[in-house]
Amino acid sequence: MTSPAISDTKAPLLAMRSVSKAFAGIPAVINASLEVGAGEVHALVGQNGAGKSTMIKILTGYFSRDAGEIAFDGAPFEARSPQDAQHKGISTIYQEINLVPYRSVTENICLGRESRRYGLLDWNAMHAEARALLERFKINVDVRQPLMRFNTATQQMVAIARAIGFSAKLVIMDEPTSSLDEREVAVLFEVIRQLKRDGVSVIFVSHKLDELYAVCDRVTIMRDGRTVKTANMSAISKLELVASMLGRDVAQVARSATAFGGRHGKIGEVILEARNLAAGHKVQDVSFSVRRGEITGLAGLLGAGRTETARLVFGADPMRAGSLDLDGAPLKPRGPLDAINRGIGFSSEDRKLEGIIPDMSVAENLTLALMPQLTRAGIVDEARQRTVVEKFIKRLDIKCSGPDQRIRELSGGNQQKVLLARWLAMNPKLLILDEPTRGIDVGAKAEIQKLIKELADQGLGVLMISSELEEVIEGSDRVVVLREGRNVAEFTDSGVNEANVMAAMAHGKDADPARELTP
Amino acid sequence: MSEAELAATPPARQIAPLGLLARYSTLVALLALIAFNMAFTNHFLSVQTLNVNLTQVATIVIVGVGMTLVIATGGIDLSVGSLMAISGAIAPIIFMGKIVKIGEIHVAVAVAMILAVAIAGAFGWFNGWLITRFRIQPIVATLVLFIAGRGIAQVSTNGNLQPFKLAEFQWIGLGRWFGVPVQVVIMIVLVAVAAWVLRRSLFGRQILSIGGNERAARLAGVPVASIKRWVYCISGLCSGIAGLVVIAINSSSDANLVGLGMELDAIAAVAVGGTLLSGGRATIVGTLIGALIIQLVRYTLLANGVPDDVAKLVKAGLIVAAVWLQGRGQA
Repeated sequence: MTSPAISDTKAPLLAMRSVSKAFAGIPAVINASLEVGAGEVHALVGQNGAGKSTMIKILTGYFSRDAGEIAFDGAPFEARSPQDAQHKGISTIYQEINLVPYRSVTENICLGRESRRYGLLDWNAMHAEARALLERFKINVDVRQPLMRFNTATQQMVAIARAIGFSAKLVIMDEPTSSLDEREVAVLFEVIRQLKRDGVSVIFVSHKLDELYAVCDRVTIMRDGRTVKTANMSAISKLELVASMLGRDVAQVARSATAFGGRHGKIGEVILEARNLAAGHKVQDVSFSVRRGEITGLAGLLGAGRTETARLVFGADPMRAGSLDLDGAPLKPRGPLDAINRGIGFSSEDRKLEGIIPDMSVAENLTLALMPQLTRAGIVDEARQRTVVEKFIKRLDIKCSGPDQRIRELSGGNQQKVLLARWLAMNPKLLILDEPTRGIDVGAKAEIQKLIKELADQGLGVLMISSELEEVIEGSDRVVVLREGRNVAEFTDSGVNEANVMAAMAHGKDADPARELTP
Repeated sequence: MSEAELAATPPARQIAPLGLLARYSTLVALLALIAFNMAFTNHFLSVQTLNVNLTQVATIVIVGVGMTLVIATGGIDLSVGSLMAISGAIAPIIFMGKIVKIGEIHVAVAVAMILAVAIAGAFGWFNGWLITRFRIQPIVATLVLFIAGRGIAQVSTNGNLQPFKLAEFQWIGLGRWFGVPVQVVIMIVLVAVAAWVLRRSLFGRQILSIGGNERAARLAGVPVASIKRWVYCISGLCSGIAGLVVIAINSSSDANLVGLGMELDAIAAVAVGGTLLSGGRATIVGTLIGALIIQLVRYTLLANGVPDDVAKLVKAGLIVAAVWLQGRGQA
């Protein structure tokens, strides 16, 4: 960040001016403007539904615009499709890595633009091209090896290299870090800096504020379809940024970084006791407990075995060794249904893949687990179903046109609320929340955190996994740190702080006397 | 903000006119066909024509009901034609007294029907067991009985044609009930029950949730394996019933021919009817309409002097059009 200020006198690489777009008469982007200078890393932020995605999809030709102008590289710009946009120098990197793990690095990089000679593939030319491209990002691997031989970070880099190619002048990264751990994020940032040195511009979309400050020069904030503010990163505080996104005043946001609030009172007896759990490669030996009215946080780096541990408790995966007690009685779930019948709920980290049933309505998604209880003689009692659904739509303030709206049409935050309601409707004893606020906007995030705390106050036992350190630390009464499939530290009360938890995550040891390791 | 939020969610595109057309396309097509025939085909509006066409589609729809449920879970059942042959082979063996002589003919026919259908259902359950126990893809798992099923039927009859003339049995294919062919009554009852089950029952919701997102359904406590086994079992039962109807009409059971090509006719009816072939969205009434459209197109062409080979091409075109419309409607 040697020259954060991009001078206004120089013509920007990209200028979107007064862009508008409506869907079926409902505006999604209103008179929005975005300027990105050459070699600038520009953050685009806003709550879910603020119009960021629409803005980007207009730029890349996925949607047409209703009004406004786009100039790119000194000329009016029009993309007919994302492929066309890439051809013209604008590449997009999505959250998911869309690669073929069984094929070689070269094949993945050259997929769709193979070199041919006499109708056959010219492997030498393709290997050379792949090598040259990866060299640009300081990656030295054997491009003939199958992609799955390499770690996630390398795979991610291959995906990025493939997307950027040699010709991109502007790279759009839509939440690129959501599935990366810290080390991989660091590698990604290095790539961004390399791009910047090469004069390539980046539009960086992320919900994680720290990342914006680490790597971006300027930020444009969107709210309700409008671009409400553009500022140099160095000239705007986190608080101002959040306040602009939410449209609230600074003092209101200042109170706390998360919405969990203070510690609550009564923590009861142990509900869940897990001893020496083991499964697969990722869970070696994990022991912990959850008490009534307590939020237990599972902390650890990506791959530490947090999700895998949680899935064992829910019976979603088979256990190799270890034992579980629920309310003092042994729990041996053969599948999720057993766990549900014992009063456990589980919200997966992957909303799309394991949470929502996209084509079904809000009502049907919300009552999916409860359905057997709403059934008499095999027939669903639709009146009772409706009562339950309406109660939870109101209680969790789920924004939808009604119980019959298809869930895929809702924003991520509202989908997550429906999935939480799916379990709350069961009135569980123990709720397992894997990344309950991943990829949702700041407003919905605060609401969900507040709700989790309220539920714990009412006596629910919560096992929470989150990759956001402040969420685990501010939200949990007890933090169990996992590292490489083992629980390495446990903190309560004042021991729950960033220094302790991070030290344990990083080194597997803690300096705190409150440590309670199982022998 | 809620307005903007709703509008900005990724798949929110306008409902294209094509989408609307797709939603009601099957019904519109059926009505258009009827209107066309009323205008151009002689003697179209008669009980005779109605009965001919309904009789022709009855077996396809009966099998199609089970197929719709299977496809709703995201699966497919290729074995239906072979299961029809098994049911069609077993029933005559029993009511003709080849194993045990049953004196009272009505009892013999009842035992024959129930046993034949139950055995077809058991084979269907076996399909579901293969699929859930060993995680075999449905298309491969049901291919096993697609091939072996007809063999089983032939072995159990020693490869012989079984001719018979038995009014007590053949009412299922030849009888009338208040002027309506019995198999049409069976078809209507099955369609009504299945449509109601799919819409209103726990079982129906769980079928659709599996087809919509199997992993999510499992994590929400849906007993995926048992539901799937039941669905394939039901498909087998439906095939068993259809097998009885076919041999009753033919007055004989030929293991080589009963139900030949039925899997494709049933899948075509389901597809044209508007059920999503990838699962999660299904309509039983749509399958009925789909089968009627395919039948009526064929009838229209034949009645107006177009050869049957050409009619097959038109049928293929219909399927392509239906799947294409489905794609548009989904977007």
